[in-house]
Amino acid sequence: MKILVTVKRIPDPVEPPKFAGGQIDTSSAKWVQNEFDEYAIETALRLAEVGGGTERLAEVVVVSVCPATKREHVTNFLAMGANRAIVVDADDTQLDAQSVAQLIAAVFRKEGADLLVSGKLSQDNESNEVSQRVAGLLDLPQATFAASVVWDRSANALQVAREVEDGVETKRVPLPAVLSVDLRIVLPTSVKNGATPEGHPYPDKPRLASLRGITMAKTKKVDVLKPADLGVSVGAKVVSRGVVAPPKRQAGKIVASVEELVEKLATEAKVL
Amino acid sequence: MSNVLVVVEIGDGKLRAHSLPGITAGAQLAAALGGELHLLVLGAAPQAAAEGIAAAGYGAKTVHVGAHAELEPFTAEAWADAIVAAARSLGVAAIGGTATSTLRDALPRAAAVLDAPLAPEVTAIKGPRVFGREVSAGRAIAEIALEGDVVCFTARASEFAPAQPGAAATVAALAGISAAKRGATVLSIEKTQSARPALTEAKVVVSGGRGMREGANFKVLEELTDLLGGALGASRAATDAGMVPADLQVGQTGKVVAPNLYFAVAISGAIQHLAGMKNSKVIVAINKNGEEPIFQIADYGLVAKWEDTLPRLVELVRARKG
Ligand SMILES: Cc1cc2nc3c(=O)[nH]c(=O)nc-3n(C[C@H](O)[C@H](O)[C@H](O)COP(=O)(O)OP(=O)(O)OC[C@H]3O[C@@H](n4cnc5c(N)ncnc54)[C@H](O)[C@@H]3O)c2cc1C
Ligand SMILES: Nc1ncnc2c1ncn2[C@@H]1O[C@H](COP(=O)(O)O)[C@@H](O)[C@H]1O
Repeated sequence: MKILVTVKRIPDPVEPPKFAGGQIDTSSAKWVQNEFDEYAIETALRLAEVGGGTERLAEVVVVSVCPATKREHVTNFLAMGANRAIVVDADDTQLDAQSVAQLIAAVFRKEGADLLVSGKLSQDNESNEVSQRVAGLLDLPQATFAASVVWDRSANALQVAREVEDGVETKRVPLPAVLSVDLRIVLPTSVKNGATPEGHPYPDKPRLASLRGITMAKTKKVDVLKPADLGVSVGAKVVSRGVVAPPKRQAGKIVASVEELVEKLATEAKVL
Repeated sequence: MSNVLVVVEIGDGKLRAHSLPGITAGAQLAAALGGELHLLVLGAAPQAAAEGIAAAGYGAKTVHVGAHAELEPFTAEAWADAIVAAARSLGVAAIGGTATSTLRDALPRAAAVLDAPLAPEVTAIKGPRVFGREVSAGRAIAEIALEGDVVCFTARASEFAPAQPGAAATVAALAGISAAKRGATVLSIEKTQSARPALTEAKVVVSGGRGMREGANFKVLEELTDLLGGALGASRAATDAGMVPADLQVGQTGKVVAPNLYFAVAISGAIQHLAGMKNSKVIVAINKNGEEPIFQIADYGLVAKWEDTLPRLVELVRARKG
């Protein structure tokens, strides 16, 4: 079993975006991993490991499309426990979702992987499309927005609870397949592989890299490929015409009591 | 061709209300492109529903019917097949619809097969292939132009008015649709049962956060919600903790709402939460800590514990509603 996990670098979402020349100015940004991809690597590791032991049921390979020189986010995922990494050396800020998806699909094929685990969404551009595109390009089944996943190893399939518009759908997909993960995949009992004991004390968030993990990461294999090595010619059919700050909302008033609140809502705001 | 195809969803044999804003966005795009609006209805036997939709028209020229056993229940795999087939046989310039979990699942997959660009969760139609959308948790508004013969879009429900009935449309069957689930099966769909309006359609939303502490405490918020005929919402902290179902989450990763009146009770106001409600007309924050960021965007703030204020609020609103 081989699991590919995608990770994208994004400007630190804690910092409000800066604007210059009618675009977002990332020249002084600190780049970090997309948080949904931390959930993806945590999912992959929980699928691959046997509850804290050293046995592994799957190899976990991290893939990122980014400049080869700007890959701290990849190193972080190796430190968390991925086995090795593949960096597709390209300026991700100049590519659209289709190009990124073509590159990831090509890596998936080249590796003969069984499962792609990705985040549901990039926190910066909020596209929510790369994973679905990869599944379409590979003609594989997909389970997006996963809130929990059970790996049925005897049937070589995943059973996935998906958060949909007005409830939860349970979908079963045979491997190979594409999985995209939502917030609740990192709750303690959300990922089951049939080998980790029930009740294994997983935290409710992605693991932190251990000191040993950080040291090990430096020794792990990272392959750097060019888009041309994968036979993909990249571009962008999505062109930015400009980015502006939204109109700022005025802070309103602090009311002293419930009585005043109701009075204001009725007579001033006229919404009651 | 410069026509726009909007994919709509049906439930209980009728158009689902959440598809209406996507039709409006499609109509605006068709006007910008100088083309016609067309609708696509998919299902195992959607003919009767399609006829009902065509009778109301919604500004569309034709309602196309894609019937295939594999299209029900919904899977992205089978729906993407049908959308690709429809796009090719109708030769449309754009395909889209409301940004529901359904289209956000299926449309990017179809777009990949069509080698088409996609504008996700657009908030405005700015020109023939030009869209406005929010990025970075609502802290920036981008304008993007898409290139290519076919482009795709999903429209944020809170930013487009529901389409209104109009002159009747014609109904046409799409011939020779193939659709396959690629081995996937839908085992169950557990719907959150609620008599309340849908979050994205409600005029009033009452949301609770981590400070509510447990699900049972939401009862007082539900009372307020029902007095106002609104919908119940929640922060991620409250949904993660299982206080209320996950589909009530408001925010960057949940529902985006813009009601006339939004109550944020015991919610701190993290950017990811604000991204889902900051376009509400009037925002009320009730929080015991006056320093929380929610007060920076609230029109009316009450610094108090919910335990000490919500019961009285319910009482006063009930008195007012007679
Ligand atoms: C990738 C990502 C996506 C996310 N997406 C979303 C999203 O879509 N929606 C979302 O909401 N969050 C989202 N979050 C989480 C977000 O960052 C916050 O963690 C979350 O919104 C906090 O929820 P909260 O305000 O209920 O809890 P807290 O931040 O813990 O706030 C609780 C509040 O309750 C108040 N309080 C406590 N007791 C009382 C009382 N008795 N009476 C009155 N007030 C009281 C406290 O003063 C505090 O302000 C996301 C996070 C990430 C990383
Ligand atoms: N440049 C990239 N390199 C690797 N993975 C990516 C890249 N861009 C997007 N992804 C993956 O696609 C997911 C969805 O992103 P998006 O469609 O941009 O919202 C992310 O969570 C990542 O896992």
